[in-house]
Amino acid sequence: MTDDRHVWTVSELTARIKERLEAEFPAFWVEGEISNFRVSNAGHAYFTLKEETASLKAVLFKGKARRVRFEPEDGLHVLAFGGLDLYAQRGEYQLVVELLEPKGLGALQLAFEQLKAKLAAEGLFAPARKRPLPRFPRKLGIVTSPGGAAIRDILQIISRRFADLHIVIAPVRVQGEEAAGEIVGGIQDLNRLGNLDVIIIARGGGSLEDLWAFNEEAVARAIAHSKVPIISAVGHETDVTIADFVADLRAPTPSGAAELVVEEKEAVAELVADLYDRLKRVVIQRIARHRERVESLARRRVLTDPARPVRDLERRLDDLAARLAAGLTAARREARHRALLATNSLLSHSPLARISSTTTLLEQLDGRLSSGIRHSAERVRHRLRTAVGQLDSLSPLAVLRRGYSLTRLPSGEIVRSRRQVGAGSEIEVLLHEGTLGARVTEVRERDDRPQV
Amino acid sequence: MTDLKFEDALARLEEIVQTLESGNLPLDESLKAFEEGIRLARSCAKYLEEAERKIELLTKDETGLLKTQPWSLESGAEEGK
Repeated sequence: MTDDRHVWTVSELTARIKERLEAEFPAFWVEGEISNFRVSNAGHAYFTLKEETASLKAVLFKGKARRVRFEPEDGLHVLAFGGLDLYAQRGEYQLVVELLEPKGLGALQLAFEQLKAKLAAEGLFAPARKRPLPRFPRKLGIVTSPGGAAIRDILQIISRRFADLHIVIAPVRVQGEEAAGEIVGGIQDLNRLGNLDVIIIARGGGSLEDLWAFNEEAVARAIAHSKVPIISAVGHETDVTIADFVADLRAPTPSGAAELVVEEKEAVAELVADLYDRLKRVVIQRIARHRERVESLARRRVLTDPARPVRDLERRLDDLAARLAAGLTAARREARHRALLATNSLLSHSPLARISSTTTLLEQLDGRLSSGIRHSAERVRHRLRTAVGQLDSLSPLAVLRRGYSLTRLPSGEIVRSRRQVGAGSEIEVLLHEGTLGARVTEVRERDDRPQV
Repeated sequence: MTDLKFEDALARLEEIVQTLESGNLPLDESLKAFEEGIRLARSCAKYLEEAERKIELLTKDETGLLKTQPWSLESGAEEGK
């Protein structure tokens, strides 16, 4: 059986759809609400444009994302421009976004609001961060275009007010792609140059697009990092930029910034002049008051007897001299007493005293030691005598004193039984005093001693 | 005189004027204070006056070294053309 059905492979079909789809929708505007917005590690942004009843996947590649001035986020209603693309591997189509604009609010306005909210949350606009202008600005840095209207306005004010200021201009472009980077560099260079009292960043009026560099995050951060206080002076009074929020002081216009600086300097000069005047006035008054006093004193009685104060002084002097002398004597006595006390205390602590007392102690110890030895020797002797006495009384020889005798064989063996000897055996009889040599004459089995 | 010394001198001057105005100093001390005050006031005024009137343009060579060169609105405008 032949099969004449036409069967596509998936890839054939997909390729065909891709061809048709991309040909049909190469470039168009579409509007919708951003949802599921996320940025991949590679920096591409993926999101869905949705309505209540439909949704469209979209991708914003990294290179294109750079040109989108605001931060896309979920819930934003946007207009997107691009073409459809079919991703064959997943069988999905998506919108490849070329342009993205917020609907309603302009992109720049939205970007402005977003950055403002972000920096405000970081505390960059906090009043506590604002530094006061120096009281006596002498050296002024200006970040601006040397060919622009702003520098002209500033210099005009300064020359009109006869303010002697040392001005250093950091020349930058104040508009276009490179402007933000150059403004940042200008702020950093002026900080590096050092010795500046204040920096003005200035630009004449223009559209929101023209002033855009002053709404860039990098510029805002450079202002926040500047060690020198910064006055922002961008555009006209109604133009408000992010730079204005971060700067230490916002001037409505470049001329306004110059006024602020000059006024500050003039205020200090006035303060010095005022202090100088007050100084002179107070001393003139003081001198006048003293002159009055002198004149009124001159009329008093004391001056009719000019010698009296001298006499008083002499009396006081005498009195003081006497008190001084008395004081001296007392002081001397006191000193002597203290010296004596000190000497005694010193003597009592003399090392000589300690040496002699040590010697005495040694002698005493020596005495105690030798008498101790004597006592113990006597004790030993006594014990010896006693021991010998006891030993004596226990000695068998002591028994001999009471009349007993001891019979020994010539070998020294004590004779205890008749069986040790026979008639004619030589024996030795030990008496209390002396010894008898003897011979046994008879051996009797029994004797007449009572039996025990 | 530096900015810091100027600030110090100005503060001292204010202090002297206030003390003198309170009238608590004996005459000889107040004369001494007055002399010091006059000296401070003159040096402060001189410091403010001696600021040069000068306009310079900040430039940077290829090594990043900062330099300044004299500049005027006229020369700058011509350059800009």
